[in-house]
Amino acid sequence: MSFTGVFLILFLIVHVGINACIFANDGGQMFNTAAHFMGANIVPRILEVGLFAGFILHIIQGYMLTVKNKSARKVSYAIDYGNKGSKWYSRSMALLGTLVLLFLILHLSNFWIPNRSSQGFSLGGEIDLYEKMKETFSGHDIITILTILVYVLGCAALGYHLAHGFQSAFKTLGVHNKRYQVMLTNIGYGFAVIVSLAFAMMPISFHFGLLN
Amino acid sequence: MEHYNMNLNLKVWRQKNSKTNGEFKMYRVENISSEMSFLEMFDVLNEQLIAAGDEPIAFDHDCREGICGMCSMYINGKPHGPWQANTTCQLHMRAFKDGDTIVVEPWRANAFPVIKDLVVDRSAFDRIIQAGGYVSVNTGNAVDGNAIPINKDNADAAFAAAMCIGCGACVAACKNSSAMLFLSAKVSHLALLPQGEPERHSRVLNMVAQMDKEGFGACTNTGACEATCPKEISISNIARLNQEYLSASLVAEK
Repeated sequence: MSFTGVFLILFLIVHVGINACIFANDGGQMFNTAAHFMGANIVPRILEVGLFAGFILHIIQGYMLTVKNKSARKVSYAIDYGNKGSKWYSRSMALLGTLVLLFLILHLSNFWIPNRSSQGFSLGGEIDLYEKMKETFSGHDIITILTILVYVLGCAALGYHLAHGFQSAFKTLGVHNKRYQVMLTNIGYGFAVIVSLAFAMMPISFHFGLLN
Repeated sequence: MEHYNMNLNLKVWRQKNSKTNGEFKMYRVENISSEMSFLEMFDVLNEQLIAAGDEPIAFDHDCREGICGMCSMYINGKPHGPWQANTTCQLHMRAFKDGDTIVVEPWRANAFPVIKDLVVDRSAFDRIIQAGGYVSVNTGNAVDGNAIPINKDNADAAFAAAMCIGCGACVAACKNSSAMLFLSAKVSHLALLPQGEPERHSRVLNMVAQMDKEGFGACTNTGACEATCPKEISISNIARLNQEYLSASLVAEK
């Protein structure tokens, strides 16, 4: 979980970095250049296969771990220990992960699938992703509103998933120096807030016409 | 501290043996002194039950001074009851008010099967210790206590980890029934000292293998164990255990 988790954290840095180019507010020029680099270059395209493997491993391992841990206590308590001593999101990683996965399926079908199916196996031939974002989030119909809602909730779930997952991954990898533990926990909270807010702002900005 | 007497309702788990299903039974105890310990209150209840010709409630206890790790009651949804850094035997009745209903259950984990009532079988912990929680010593004269220099920070951390009394509250509190806090305390206190060095790699590998065999869940770093531990074992021991395990997996000779 921790190795794939750290790998996916690295992916999020790249993803949020490239997508944040839309906030340059230059009609998507900067963003499309970056997206073109990722889509029309053989190296990111090969790495993408590894990224899918990372996601699938993380998801399968996560569910296997949840099943194993749930089955370690067949008779449950009459009164649950509840929230004492542990944070709710640290106890709800499987639920939060599932919410992120549901969001991810919608997210892939909105952008990645149309883009890659337009490209096929060739490099280049991508769709205008900036226009696609605009089209997906700008409308005021019920489908668009629901899509934005799912995106924002997906980002919130991702934020809480990271708030625990970031520091927990490093603990699992064996970081026990107190200073580094405190530092990594705080970086984890910061990372969770920044990444989830930056992503959530994207559909919201398009919807309210903050970007041209 | 003000002294008072109280009447209490107890909802206690009764189970004849590991093969039968248990159930909660209600009991009433009266005139319980606030100065009594929780186990003394149970003694009063058991004397009532014996006098009435009923089967007394079986519960684990030994030293009754908070150092042996035998007492193991899950009181109102928390191992060892409402107080911090405290064992059931050192929980005093002033933690409760007149008229309270107290729910008492045994530890719940597949690896800790109920033997009877509130007594669970914690021999899984003994088998984990036997798998590697020891150090080799030379025969002959005892070595001088100060012959091996030990860094003060390491000595302090080792001592803090050695505080673990193996009561199993960490497993009881953990949503995954994981024994990682217990194991991490045992591995840490030997890994931090030069005396633990010869078996360092085999110890952590064997103890983790035994823990997995016993059917405990895996750690997800929620922190419930640390919060409930009567000896305040730090969760950063778990990170040390992970580091010991990772490096041992990479470099152990077999």
